[in-house]
Amino acid sequence: MAQNKIGKQTLQLSSSPVLTSWGSVVGPKEGKGPLHDYFDYILKDNLDKGDKSWENTEQKIMQHSMELALEKEGMVSASLDYFLGGDLLNQITCANLTARFLGVPFLGIYGACSTLVEGLCLGSMFLDGGYADNVGVSASSHHDTAERQLRFPTEQGIQRPMTSQWTVTGAGSFILKRSGKGISIPQATLGKIKDLGVANSNDMGTAMAPAAHDTIKNHLQDLGRKTEDYDLIITGDLGMLGLNVLKTLLVEDGYSIDNIYDCGLLIFDPGQDTHSGGSGCGCSAVVLPYLLQQLWEKKYQRIFLVGTGALLSPTTAFQGESIPGIAHGVVLENH
Amino acid sequence: MVPDKEKSNEEASYGVPPVTMDEIKGKLESRKNGLENLAILDAYTKSQLTADMQNDHQKVLMREVKAEGKEKEQWLALRLKIEQQQQHYQTEETILYQKKTKPLAPKQTVIKNVFLAFVVGGAICTVGQIILNTFLANGLLEKEAGAATSAVLVFLGALFTGLGIYDELGKHAGAGSIVPITGFANSIASPALEFKREGFIYGVGARLFTVAGPVIVYGTFVSIIVGLIYFFVK
Repeated sequence: MAQNKIGKQTLQLSSSPVLTSWGSVVGPKEGKGPLHDYFDYILKDNLDKGDKSWENTEQKIMQHSMELALEKEGMVSASLDYFLGGDLLNQITCANLTARFLGVPFLGIYGACSTLVEGLCLGSMFLDGGYADNVGVSASSHHDTAERQLRFPTEQGIQRPMTSQWTVTGAGSFILKRSGKGISIPQATLGKIKDLGVANSNDMGTAMAPAAHDTIKNHLQDLGRKTEDYDLIITGDLGMLGLNVLKTLLVEDGYSIDNIYDCGLLIFDPGQDTHSGGSGCGCSAVVLPYLLQQLWEKKYQRIFLVGTGALLSPTTAFQGESIPGIAHGVVLENH
Repeated sequence: MVPDKEKSNEEASYGVPPVTMDEIKGKLESRKNGLENLAILDAYTKSQLTADMQNDHQKVLMREVKAEGKEKEQWLALRLKIEQQQQHYQTEETILYQKKTKPLAPKQTVIKNVFLAFVVGGAICTVGQIILNTFLANGLLEKEAGAATSAVLVFLGALFTGLGIYDELGKHAGAGSIVPITGFANSIASPALEFKREGFIYGVGARLFTVAGPVIVYGTFVSIIVGLIYFFVK
């Protein structure tokens, strides 16, 4: 039997890999949001100075967030054993182009908006298995690159429905180490695809909620825990509607839901006209530094972060396929 | 999916089929009841049901690969039946989930939307009328004045798109700013802006009509149909 697996889906990371350093870069809208003090760098415009395209900017913010994370830790990119990264664009191009600068072995990962947590899970496994000492994990998204790829041109005068979410412009990078000062990851839970037939690309929260529910439920069952054992269970980007659906599903199973919240609701102010909240790889990637800070200051002891991804492909969506949802979770603790 | 342990050991050598068509047919039958009553099944039974379908599917596929001639056809037919059941399961689950989530969805502000669409759409048309009257007053014939008015409105639509105002307007006005000809201009100008960075051939040229394309295609198509009807009825 696999020694480090608990129950059906949960990994016991015996050496508790540590998140020692992190960096984040966000766009102007996110910079005006309630978490503005927690971002390292706020862009003045969605198209950064000197950039030819939004894709160009997204690649740069991913690279910059990693550089800031490395610099804070006094490391250079060559001291990373592996770099794991992903984004929302076709062929995860921003991560590929960023890896070009870092010059270390690279795995591109795609889990839509669950990419960051997927990377943290994989990185922790590398460290726990003794395959690495330092792993870098990055994820990014950009409102304009995502909209033009998945929906409409950005200047198109369309009315967004109330269920739609706002893709976050932002990138977060994290340095995972085998040991050191920081926030540890003692367990992680990998999720299954859940698809309950939601085909509306303007309602990603409802598409992802069953996956989040499944992962949280299995995580709690595997570890014999209750929701109350966490100071906070926080999903990546379910948004207002998705979070409500998740809570409904958890209540049906008899769980208490008082400490369940969503990164997509933290990043924007309700007055910022994003409808159902933020979304995108960048959403959890730039909110996580805030959560880590709270853990570091001992305001929280233990958090379960659940990255949620709606694996939307415009091609198959137009062909009538529904949107598969995925969710992975990591436990974050400060001891 | 949790594989059935005993079976999967037997299956290690694919030579002798440990499963017969009758067995599969029997299982197809036995699942029917569960599939009809998904609403009352608990999560565990459901996961058993999906795993069961998937395991059978895998077994049947291998038999289909190995079999020859008529037998192959029969395995294929069985596989399609299992796929039908899987599809049925997915559809039923979708319906159940929709029932659960629908009451949670935020209400669209219909009255406000309709009002804003009316006011903005009306305002755009009023501007159009003013332009038309101005042209007429300055001596253009009615037909020429209409074309000139369209041209001015298209120009304004494109201009406001370029200034980043039209999408802000559309956010509030909805159909009020999509339906008038300025909305059409917006649907051409916005991809033009958007795809400029991919160059003038593969970007602007190839993508200019991504939004307006369907309107032009079916607008032309319907006009031909209506023209034909008019021709024959007359």
